[in-house]
Amino acid sequence: MLLLIPLLPFLGFVINASLGRRLPKAVSGWLACGAMLGAFAVSVTAVLQANAAPEHFVQQTLFRWIASDDLQVPLAFRVDPLSSLMILVITGIGSLIHIYSTAYMHEESDSEYARYFSYLNLFASFMLVLVLGSTFPVMFVGWEGVGLCSYLLIGFWFRKKSAADAGKKAFVVNRIGDFGFILGMLVLFVNFGSLDFQRVAWAVNALPPETSMGVITVATLLLFLGATGKSAQIPLYVWLPDAMEGPTPVSALIHAATMVTAGVYMIGRNAVLFEHAPITLAVVAGIGVATALMAGTIGLVQNDIKRVLAYSTVSQLGYMFLAMGVGAYAAGIFHLYTHAFFKALLFLGSGAVIHALAGEQDLRNMGGLKKALPITYWTFLIGAIAIAGVFPFAGFFSKDEILWKTFSGHHTVLWAIGMVTAFLTATYMFRLVFLAFHGERRHDAPAAHDASASSAHAPATGHRPSDAGAHGHHDHGHGHGSHLHDAPPAMAFALIVLAIGSIVAGFVGVPHALGGHNRIEAFLEPSFEAHAQAPANPDFQVSQGRTVTPPAPEPAPAAAAESHAAEGEESAELMLMAVSLGVALAGIGLAAYFWLRNRASAARVARSAAPVYALLLNKYYVDEIYDAVLVRPIQSISTLLLWKGMDAALIDGTVNGVGRLVRTSSDGLRRLQTGSVRVYAASLFLGVVLILGWYLFR
Amino acid sequence: MPTLNHFLILSGMLFAIGTAGVFLRRNLITILLSIEIMLNAVNITFVAVGRYRGTVDGQIITFFVMTVAAAEAAVGLALVIALFRHRETLSPDAFTSLKW
Amino acid sequence: MEQFAFYVLAGVTILASLGVVSSRVPMHSVMLLIVSFGALAGLYVMLDAPFTAVTQIIVYAGAIMVLFLFVVMLLNQHREDEPEVMPASLLRRNLRAGVLLSVLLAIEVAWGLSQVGLRSFGTDPGEISAVSSVAQIGLALFTTHSFAFEVTSVLILVSMVGAVVIARREH
Repeated sequence: MLLLIPLLPFLGFVINASLGRRLPKAVSGWLACGAMLGAFAVSVTAVLQANAAPEHFVQQTLFRWIASDDLQVPLAFRVDPLSSLMILVITGIGSLIHIYSTAYMHEESDSEYARYFSYLNLFASFMLVLVLGSTFPVMFVGWEGVGLCSYLLIGFWFRKKSAADAGKKAFVVNRIGDFGFILGMLVLFVNFGSLDFQRVAWAVNALPPETSMGVITVATLLLFLGATGKSAQIPLYVWLPDAMEGPTPVSALIHAATMVTAGVYMIGRNAVLFEHAPITLAVVAGIGVATALMAGTIGLVQNDIKRVLAYSTVSQLGYMFLAMGVGAYAAGIFHLYTHAFFKALLFLGSGAVIHALAGEQDLRNMGGLKKALPITYWTFLIGAIAIAGVFPFAGFFSKDEILWKTFSGHHTVLWAIGMVTAFLTATYMFRLVFLAFHGERRHDAPAAHDASASSAHAPATGHRPSDAGAHGHHDHGHGHGSHLHDAPPAMAFALIVLAIGSIVAGFVGVPHALGGHNRIEAFLEPSFEAHAQAPANPDFQVSQGRTVTPPAPEPAPAAAAESHAAEGEESAELMLMAVSLGVALAGIGLAAYFWLRNRASAARVARSAAPVYALLLNKYYVDEIYDAVLVRPIQSISTLLLWKGMDAALIDGTVNGVGRLVRTSSDGLRRLQTGSVRVYAASLFLGVVLILGWYLFR
Repeated sequence: MPTLNHFLILSGMLFAIGTAGVFLRRNLITILLSIEIMLNAVNITFVAVGRYRGTVDGQIITFFVMTVAAAEAAVGLALVIALFRHRETLSPDAFTSLKW
Repeated sequence: MEQFAFYVLAGVTILASLGVVSSRVPMHSVMLLIVSFGALAGLYVMLDAPFTAVTQIIVYAGAIMVLFLFVVMLLNQHREDEPEVMPASLLRRNLRAGVLLSVLLAIEVAWGLSQVGLRSFGTDPGEISAVSSVAQIGLALFTTHSFAFEVTSVLILVSMVGAVVIARREH
């Protein structure tokens, strides 16, 4: 039964990929949505079933996939608290995005439409395999698969060079991370003899935490490298902003709600391992918070609406990694869950704006949309408030939980940086809101051919933010101002549901300090611990589809347990909450001053700090640095050494040389054919003399 | 009583004469005749050694050699006629077109 | 007595062969070769191989040489053409090469022969009759070597057809 969860979207992919071009749009679109909704229904059932089980999990082994002496990897799916949350998010928010897409992609041709939905379904299928897998290899299958789908979907409009380049960039950068992931897997297998999550956790649990670069630290660092690739952290985040070339629903689903969270999920799944490697945790937290800050500063000055949201995603992912790094796994996953709601909402809202403006994406050309697009505006505003972390919206609870856990874990510097980033988040988010929706409609962006002066370019992938209408939205006659229409029903439905989610989603994690029970942390806790006894060996239960519910073991001591707040701690927590709320409101206020009241002063500040402004606008020139330091040397080595030197000269030379040798030698040998019989007879004579001599004198 | 050696020396001389004829003559028919001389030289050797060893195999081989020589002479002479019709000459040096 | 007969027959053979090789008139070459074959037949008789001797006369002298005669008369070339003159250097080179190879061959053959000790023929009458009996030849030919025999008949057929086809006058 668990198989159905990834299988339904996969079937949707198969049908749309094979028959799609002949099906009308309505059929292929609703087929894809139906597959997702079906998967959602099965997921809900599975989650309820798992919850009812004594140890809160349901595992199903489908068949013995790899059986090679020591390496035994069954194809098994496991629904426990962590993966329950993930599958609900993936299928639930995924379904909403599919529904949204039926309207957003409507101008595409039938075959393109079907292709889009086939890729989207395939992505969902792989993502579900990723989170449901009970072993590293199965997770890796999903990991690679979502990378593939990301490439396919980013480069969906592949005829546009920048889109194709962005897809390539995403895949290549991800691959670098995957390399680390594979190495990490191998280290774990060599040292612990298994690739099953539960077994490895149990084996590691028996060891003390490592204080130096031991085996676990190395393995977890390598796994984290994979996470930085997939989840866009330093140093492998560079693909995510470029990924905005893809259709907006893709950005919402893959680059906000699900794929990029795979790295966070992976750490959560292996919480026991990471707990035993404090060095890695420090690295994780450090990189997380640094990425959060860096991305926040870049997002502050970007002019493309989707770029701002992309950097916002990178920044929020940094928060999640910060949480994982300080040991607050449940808090990180909680933020993953709330972020999925409001980030998807923000992306879909921006998609509605772009849709209404017939392809315009530059903030400098927007404004005055508040009255024209009411549904879009109000849902977007809700999303912005949520991400800024204002009570009682979802973002407040999750972000606050992370900051509290950081502070109470005595990581004060990290906490401070986190606070600064929260301030920046509120500021850039509301800058976006005010510039896009308030005031009068402007056309401030420079024209397309003049764009090089002020917009951000990466040399390898040229994205022109003011390249209006070039991303596949044909002009359907919508000009400025009076012809704007708000989101069509399918899109509006998704926006409204997500807005409701952004408001109430946080309530599952109301902390004790405010009188709640922090249900989500309690719910997720079993996933972050190891069994006290060796787990029931699922590797050899080959019977098809038999559900495994193991006997209830003795309760294991909680690993990353929530500390029951003493009175003093509770008041500290409340104080911190007030501080973060104040920071958020201050950010909103600053944004209001600069971009609601006094737009000119924003420009003045930018001019007076021009070098800093240029640095931020050009994303700290990271892409340029990578290009110069890594890409070009590799390219020149490949060209000069490998291509010209080895392939052309050596290998081709040898092969052609053999041909040339044959030609030259036959050219010489043919002269034996003189046509004169007497010469032939003479050569016969010579041969006879020689052979006779050989035999006689031997 | 002539010994085997006598016959072998005779055969060797005949073969040499035949070879010389093949190389030195510039008339196709004479070349063919020289080849016949060579074949006869070989025949002598076979019969002599067969007599020496007391078996009849030598003569059997000779029988086949003669047959093949006949076939070869027939075809060879047919070729000579065809070539003569072409070029009106019997010199082997006139027919050198099968070259590189 | 036998020795004398041998030398006479051998001498005739050799002299006739030399004549074949050196004569400028094709008709003379053919005639001299017939003489040589006749002497060879005599040598076969000396070797207690009467069947072979008779076969030699019938097949070689009687058929093959007649064929040669026909062709010579058909082509009607009275005298061999004068040889073209090769440049002196080339002539010298060819001569030297030919002489060298011939000398080498002669040395090899002589050496080979010298390794063979003096071997006499057996004089046992039983042996002689075994070798000379036509019945024995027939037996061997049609039992042990029957396959070669059949193949040879096919060979003759093929050469007949070939000769006819090759020598045909184009219309």
